[in-house]
Amino acid sequence: MDAEAPRTLFEKIWSRHRVKEREDGQTLLYVDRHLMHDGTAAAFDALRRRGLAPRAPERTFAVPDHYVPTDTRRVAEIADERRRGLVETLARNSAEHGIRHFGLGGPHQGIVHIIGPETGLSQPGLLMVCGDSHTSTHGALGALAFGIGSTEVTHVLATQTLWQRKPRTLRIAVDGALAEGVTAKDLILAVIARIGAAGATGHVIEYAGGAVRALSMEGRLTLCNMSIEAGGRAGMVAPDETTYSYLAGREYAPKGAEWDRALVRWRALPSDEGAAFDREVSLDAATVAPMVTWGTSPEDALPITGAVPDPDAAPDAEGRAAMARTLDYMGLLPGTALEEVAVDRVFIGSCTNSRIEDLRGAALVARGRKVAEGVRAWVVPGSEPVKRQAEAEGLHEVFRGAGFEWREPGCSMCVGTNGDIAGPGVRVASTSNRNFMGRQGPGARTHLLSPAMAAAAAVTGRLTDVRRLLAGEA
Amino acid sequence: MEPFRRLDAVAVPLGEPNIDTDRIIPARFLSRLRSVDHAPFLFHDARRLPGSDDENPAFPLNRPEWRAARIVVAGRNFACGSSREAAVWALYDHGVRCAVAPSFGDIFRNNAMKNGLLPVALPAEAVADLLAQLEARPGATVSVDLPAQTVTFPDGATHGFDVDPFDKQCLLEGLDELAYTLSLTDEITAFERRMGRENAPP
Repeated sequence: MDAEAPRTLFEKIWSRHRVKEREDGQTLLYVDRHLMHDGTAAAFDALRRRGLAPRAPERTFAVPDHYVPTDTRRVAEIADERRRGLVETLARNSAEHGIRHFGLGGPHQGIVHIIGPETGLSQPGLLMVCGDSHTSTHGALGALAFGIGSTEVTHVLATQTLWQRKPRTLRIAVDGALAEGVTAKDLILAVIARIGAAGATGHVIEYAGGAVRALSMEGRLTLCNMSIEAGGRAGMVAPDETTYSYLAGREYAPKGAEWDRALVRWRALPSDEGAAFDREVSLDAATVAPMVTWGTSPEDALPITGAVPDPDAAPDAEGRAAMARTLDYMGLLPGTALEEVAVDRVFIGSCTNSRIEDLRGAALVARGRKVAEGVRAWVVPGSEPVKRQAEAEGLHEVFRGAGFEWREPGCSMCVGTNGDIAGPGVRVASTSNRNFMGRQGPGARTHLLSPAMAAAAAVTGRLTDVRRLLAGEA
Repeated sequence: MEPFRRLDAVAVPLGEPNIDTDRIIPARFLSRLRSVDHAPFLFHDARRLPGSDDENPAFPLNRPEWRAARIVVAGRNFACGSSREAAVWALYDHGVRCAVAPSFGDIFRNNAMKNGLLPVALPAEAVADLLAQLEARPGATVSVDLPAQTVTFPDGATHGFDVDPFDKQCLLEGLDELAYTLSLTDEITAFERRMGRENAPP
């Protein structure tokens, strides 16, 4: 390819990290940052069995999140032996190999995809991986970041590299402005509803356009987080002043002369004028309403003003059968207005929506209201720093005053591996990323929505258009 | 890794779209070492009646004709979602060596290749045809030929499929990617020198 040809953000990072390219197109990529969590014991075990040690432990960072309790910060108080063992094993493996570990009870602990950006470890131009599909989150800072499996985690530990075939590129341009009460979560749900849960399979997404540029870093993180829910290998937003001002002064961000040099590199990263993408999709932000899912795939999303769809409207017999199965699992009748669906539990948290802006948005709705009778509502901040910041702003008092439980940071009910699950048939309004069957517990029914929408559901006891509450309705 | 060349085996139809890896192995069975037999976790909740340990007789893998299936045929976007490699381990430990679908989750596809489980993507119409044949003749077998890159349906129709040449070589020879990469250590070191402080860790 002509060296002068315009290149995308993705292509610039990809080519900068190429250690070796085989004739068959497989590329060995160098990994700048490798994030690990407490679900990675098998990868360390595989490394040990081969008699290998991490090649670059200084590029590896570990934090327990999947198995940590949200009612205590003491490892010894984790009642379940296996979960406690996984939290302890991560600490032990980190110590043994010289890996920086943000331990439970420490000031940095949190969900791996919250603390990467928050500490300044995630930066523009980096190639980052983690044994977790939501690693796409870090692309919000202009990094190329993607999830990998356990064998690949072992490979990265041993070699600091990874074999990949170059993905295709998809540009999603969102112009116009998001309306009041409409957030990045609603935008990404609208994108997934539009292109489908496999709409970006084999692609790296670059989100662009005025509505994306106008998003805060928190909003961009939410957007990129759910790229995997559209099948995308990664999601990215070109770095700009929002990125730089977010990163400046963070603990692991470059300092002094290194910051100046980094800025020069970062400013050269955005896709060049005229750079070609394999596919382009465009969306008008003004048409996006607060969204909620009704089914068991993130693509099953509709504006809150809509109704549960009718299987009879599906185009073919297989589609009708699939939708009928979904509605049976979800306990929903076709034609029911989404706003009439009553919820049992509310979960505000996860790597998608547990940052300070998310909590502020939810608190704005919760302030002066009460959680509806019979509803159990949780707020699980994404990290210790988010928790401290929220408490400094008094948000915890707003939530508690309204009847929410204010808990300790971790993945919690998004994936339930720590034991925070909902029972069979229990309906959860959740700010997490997956409404899969059984995701929040066997038989649990998940509706994905934004933090403000989740708070609205908590106080009314049903899925609710948050715009009505923001307009002053009780 | 066990090499993969040819497979003639019973294929089970799981025709739904978007079967996610949470369904293939629920999260509460994760984070076991690879030495643990993952077969009992395969479709753990889907195989059981709600709230019970009793088998759901309607779930295809529970039907006598399909219990020993070594090929899974699924709807689009099979094994999407979570990166959990245990989804591959559960399929593999059950005996599954090949999955056929119109499309796969990207991470699952990578994980599968690294464990000797071949993901075969065929056009949606071909998969629909295969699903119909399997439903009509429970227990029918399908042949997969990796060197020739073909799948032969129960009715004898043969379809070609694409596979990455590097992945194909690794599967055919049961090659370990990591051993190969370790032989490239000098090139990795040279790359690190070239990059210097750029993108260096804090």
